[in-house]
Amino acid sequence: MRLSRTTKYLLLAALVLGLGVIYFPLLVVLLNSFNADTTFGWPPSSFTLEWWGRAAENEGALNALWTSVQAGLAATAIALVLGTMAAFALQKYRFFGRNQVSLLIILPIALPGIVTGIALNNAFRTILGIDLGLFTAIVAHATFCIVVVFNNVVARLRRMGGNLEEASMDLGADGLTTFRLVTFPMLRSALLAGGLLAFALSFDEIIVTTFTLGTGLETLPIWILNNLFRPNQAPIVNVVAAVLILASTVPVYLAQRLSGDTTSGGRL
Amino acid sequence: MTTTLDSPRRKTSAFLYRKPRLRLGLLLSAPMLWLGLAYLGALAALFVTAFWSTDVFTGQVVTEWSLNNFVTLFSDAVYRTITFRTVGIAALVTVVTAIIAFPMAFYMAKFASPRARRLLVIAVMTPLWASYLVKAYAWRTMLSGNGVLHWLLNPFGLDTPGYGVLATVITLSYLWLPYMILPIYAGLERLPNSLVDASGDLGARPFRTFRSVVLPVTFPAVVAGSIFTFSLSLGDYIAVKIVGGTSQMLGNVVYDNIGAANNLPFAATVATVPVVIMLAYLAAVRRTGALDNL
Repeated sequence: MRLSRTTKYLLLAALVLGLGVIYFPLLVVLLNSFNADTTFGWPPSSFTLEWWGRAAENEGALNALWTSVQAGLAATAIALVLGTMAAFALQKYRFFGRNQVSLLIILPIALPGIVTGIALNNAFRTILGIDLGLFTAIVAHATFCIVVVFNNVVARLRRMGGNLEEASMDLGADGLTTFRLVTFPMLRSALLAGGLLAFALSFDEIIVTTFTLGTGLETLPIWILNNLFRPNQAPIVNVVAAVLILASTVPVYLAQRLSGDTTSGGRL
Repeated sequence: MTTTLDSPRRKTSAFLYRKPRLRLGLLLSAPMLWLGLAYLGALAALFVTAFWSTDVFTGQVVTEWSLNNFVTLFSDAVYRTITFRTVGIAALVTVVTAIIAFPMAFYMAKFASPRARRLLVIAVMTPLWASYLVKAYAWRTMLSGNGVLHWLLNPFGLDTPGYGVLATVITLSYLWLPYMILPIYAGLERLPNSLVDASGDLGARPFRTFRSVVLPVTFPAVVAGSIFTFSLSLGDYIAVKIVGGTSQMLGNVVYDNIGAANNLPFAATVATVPVVIMLAYLAAVRRTGALDNL
């Protein structure tokens, strides 16, 4: 595209500046986790590894991590099944109400989290009479994770087309064999990418979790929020925050490598 | 192939092949039971609850229909202020993110090499997955009185804005920026370069090209991004807690009525406000085709 040099450099400057603003606060948190000063005044006077050691032994944070992992794995498993089924239905068939169904799939994340949160809270407690616990949080997480898997699988199905499946059927394979030998292998990396992103989304979610997780249980984000305003916990909160920043890059990097296109997941 | 032509599995397969409606039904049944029945059911129940009330003495929900909650919501000046503040913050966050995101996305889509493009998408997406809370917390440390902003701005005679509405707008814009960059980037990728060149050949200046060619083509993408920035801001209450100082948003009212005040019906009433606004917004932008960009 022909644009003047000045415009091009201005746009580049905007991009560099924007990325700088995106990464700067995260770097500050990383640096602060080594800040020896407990009030985290800036610039840090000296650095220490003490907080990292203390965080590694913090029982509350470790328990919260375990709860987060359990909820994430279970919600991802459910979302993989339901999201894939919905993706096949919407990508391979044209039917009445198809647009409404696709709207329904994005609704749990298109509506503000607090609405999803209290709607499910109300449904569990007053309508179904189920006590809040890990199970209710998993159900809630699965509800908004479906869309991530759905998006990844739909994108892959769209690129795949149906020719190979038809060829397989023409050569005498039944539906199950075709799925096992043709469809699934082509879908595998999209499923893995969708699953990773769904796990990351569940791991990060806080608003819906606040309303659907039983008392006495904490996921890692809830643990951070509960300890955020306790001054003597600040150093450990910093370390946990730093760990989350580093850990969150892994699933995104892997998902990006696997899906091979710009499927983004999450709310996109 | 081990299956023979008349094996049961083969028969089922053939039967299903002739019945596309049945296949569709089987595929849709589980997701629709989960989302259509459970999730929509929960939403419907929430709106029914909004017309109920709570017994002042026992704290139990009284299942009698009344519009009292809505009357309180509309007549009380406090809730009106909070509603306007929330919508204002959400709109401002949307505008700010769009203005920051557009040039970034433009360079990514139009000037970066394919390899750099992939890296840039990853660079924008990765912080998207860094915990929401960690990012809000990062801004709390940045904005604090002895934090980085104070240290950076002080030499220029400026200071950190501290905690308040401005801090909330900054933090929310930061949080949702990737949600705006990625759809606009996808939209710009689909915009043919030749269109922009043609506009230039016909004598349009860059700004005219932007206004008459680039913006109309990418508008659905901007709207797609705005759905998330707007909706996420409308329902937020945690960023406000962390950097908002004393100002509240609708989410805080909902949260306080569920927790401390134990008044679920009124919380449900307040929650209808962002839902109605969002549904109106979704209905309004339907015609732009933004929903297909999600």
